[in-house]
Amino acid sequence: MAELSAKKTRWNEWVLEKLFFFCAFVSVITTAAVIFILLEETLTFFETVPVLEFLTGTRWTPLLEPKHYGILPLVAGTMLIVIGAAIVALPIGVASAIFLSEYASHRARSIIKPILEILAGIPTVVYGYFALTFITPGLRVILPDTQIFNAASAAIVVGIMVLPMVASLCDDALRAVPASLRHGGYSLGATSFEVTTRIVVPAGLSGIFAAFVLAVSRAIGETMAVTLAAGATPNLTANPLESIQTMTAYIVQVSLGDTPSGSLTYQTLFAVASVLFVSTLMLNILGTWVMRKFREVYE
Amino acid sequence: MRYMLALSIMVLLAACGGSDAPSNAGEEPGLTGAVRMDGSSTVFPISEAVAEEYLAEAPGVRVTVGVSGTGGGFKKFLNQEIDINAASRPIKESEFDKSVAAGIRFIELPVAFDGISVVVNPENTWVDQLTTDELQRIWQPDSVVTTWKDVRAEWPDEKIRLYGPGTDSGTFDYFTGVINGKEQASRADFTASEDDNVLIQGISGDRYALGYFGFAYFLENQDKLRAVAIDGGQGPILPTPITINDGSYAPLSRPIYIYLNVASLDKPQVADFVRFYLESAGSLAEEVGYITLPEASYAGARARVAARTSGSSYQGEPRLPKLTASSE
Repeated sequence: MAELSAKKTRWNEWVLEKLFFFCAFVSVITTAAVIFILLEETLTFFETVPVLEFLTGTRWTPLLEPKHYGILPLVAGTMLIVIGAAIVALPIGVASAIFLSEYASHRARSIIKPILEILAGIPTVVYGYFALTFITPGLRVILPDTQIFNAASAAIVVGIMVLPMVASLCDDALRAVPASLRHGGYSLGATSFEVTTRIVVPAGLSGIFAAFVLAVSRAIGETMAVTLAAGATPNLTANPLESIQTMTAYIVQVSLGDTPSGSLTYQTLFAVASVLFVSTLMLNILGTWVMRKFREVYE
Repeated sequence: MRYMLALSIMVLLAACGGSDAPSNAGEEPGLTGAVRMDGSSTVFPISEAVAEEYLAEAPGVRVTVGVSGTGGGFKKFLNQEIDINAASRPIKESEFDKSVAAGIRFIELPVAFDGISVVVNPENTWVDQLTTDELQRIWQPDSVVTTWKDVRAEWPDEKIRLYGPGTDSGTFDYFTGVINGKEQASRADFTASEDDNVLIQGISGDRYALGYFGFAYFLENQDKLRAVAIDGGQGPILPTPITINDGSYAPLSRPIYIYLNVASLDKPQVADFVRFYLESAGSLAEEVGYITLPEASYAGARARVAARTSGSSYQGEPRLPKLTASSE
């Protein structure tokens, strides 16, 4: 009797282990499938358009005649949004995190943190309309040169979208710094500000940097808000008040249109998606490397 | 627990049924079913008005009108996903060939006239007319025009801000085809949007703006915009219902169409809807800002539907008017 139930238990254990392994493996399969599909169409694309022209060309007009396939305008558009969003989200996010972890009373924290989470829960398409109908008119009052579609509104809104993530992660990073470090500072007569800026923040730097990388990755991949607010004009410019097009917005434009599948224009979708994929991947690798380099391990 | 299970199963079953259930359709035929329409944003105001009026006449019929753009609509039409495609340009050669390959017979029905209006901001005091040549110089792919001064020396030395429909728009196809000589040939640095209201917002807020879209949208916003007279070789003509109707507003006047799948005519609700469309398009077109065709055109369209005459009048014929004063 005991032998029978032991066998059954071993069989159950084996099945469960394989089941859990399979669930974990699903993510690997999905990533492999995505890479495979992207690669296949991208390589077909590069049979017609030389890689150098694609990566260094400054005109992107696959939907107009005559067609040009230089991706730099789309990259410039994405960069404008990312840099703008970083300028909005990172300082405010880190400052919020410092307030929440160092200065806030328990009551203040219990109110502010949930409200931050609400910001994160607003759908991105709503942010896009918010940019188009509220932020752009506001910008046009301050800077009359602003066009109706512009990179600045989209960047501001993406920054707001990413802010809760930055604040939350930095908050966690700062709270992970052992209290003993703070106490040491106070006991030496340092002020709150000195302890925060000279001891706690440098100690939590690797976590703060992880937050930066995550925020930038999110901003690169942001689709709905930029499609609605930033425009559909591939434009190689550094002026955030102009209409631009990001890589993600271009993918939306082509997917919603009437491009026949298998055509060269259809393949540009995959080529641009590959560039997006590679840039996010490189960013993650960079982030992991820097994080490891700056990590402080406390006993 | 079991009670909750039974209750939820009942709710699920109730929700599953009844998608094609005939609703109280009033008196006589009690038509039911669906009519699927999609296509041009230019034609949409008319289709929407027709669908609304038709709801009063046959409340059992579900008419859906999408706005995927002329090209997007044709794609669905050729996939047999919709019964009627609204188009602001005639069917292309490639689309016609695809219909032949797929065995789809279609009837091409003009429903109204539209005049693509070139508009500027009301504070623009220097432009009163533009020739088609100048339009081409502004809009052609490798255009060197960046300021108003580049167009005419006496105009201000300020940057022109361009606005136009996006690449999925039939209006875009038609305008580029007629002005630049090749469909979809256009400079790339203009603010593109399939939503004409966005273009209106942009032009009305920018003193040095120039844009183009369908006449109905201009008519609705005459207080915020000013139309430019276009000189196509016969002198500058402003777009008005009269000039568009008699063809003098050239070359930017064009008929707008609906394309009907002959096979869909077998469905009684589609046939009835098309009959209603052709009867009311004349008056409704004017209401929404387009220009009615001569009654003979509508009669001809109805005859074509009755006889199920398929094909496009543009087969083998040039689909777009040639510019009379063009310097290709």
